[in-house]
Amino acid sequence: MIQTILIYSLVFLSFAIFATIYRLIKGPTAPDRVQALDALGINLLSGVAIFSVLLRSTGFFEVILLIGILSFIGTIAFARYIERGVVIERKQSD
Amino acid sequence: MSGNNQIELIAVLLIFVGTIFSFLSAIGLIRLPDIYTRAHALSKGSTMGVLFILGGTFLFFIMEGYFSIRLFLGIFFVFLTAPVSAHVIIRAAHRSNVELAKQSVRDDLKEVREKDLYESRTD
Repeated sequence: MIQTILIYSLVFLSFAIFATIYRLIKGPTAPDRVQALDALGINLLSGVAIFSVLLRSTGFFEVILLIGILSFIGTIAFARYIERGVVIERKQSD
Repeated sequence: MSGNNQIELIAVLLIFVGTIFSFLSAIGLIRLPDIYTRAHALSKGSTMGVLFILGGTFLFFIMEGYFSIRLFLGIFFVFLTAPVSAHVIIRAAHRSNVELAKQSVRDDLKEVREKDLYESRTD
């Protein structure tokens, strides 16, 4: 019973991931693609959570935390690049 | 043992509800016309979905007798950062002149942005 529900939720989640990949390929502008990548990271994170329930293993929780942090940092870096042209600004000397 | 099983079933149903949230927000990602409406669908729906999924996982492993502080930190961090990243992407999109959809009526932020740009040039 539990296993069947988990398999169905993985199916729904993979449909969501296919939708984000569609937007990643087709999206007309750069911020669309960045947004789709962000959603892809979030969906991947929930996929890892579902797999850790399915395997009854507690070894993947670091992966969940790490994917969350890395996806956030990547999104912020891309958004700064789109907005200002640089990721890390230099301090003006004198 | 039966009660334990029932609570595990509730946790798994929470996970299922979360994936349905993610699925609906992905449909919004395909069907909505411009980036601002898509961000509206995506940030809310996806955040809610991942919260349900991680909450269900947390409940499931509490029933197994394992309290994971890392998973709790993951829930907290995702809940904190997903709206912030959506805001930052949308601000970058609006400042790099991404068009609104044709149906949209007015854009109040555009005048403010142009005035801001003008002032920064004259400085």
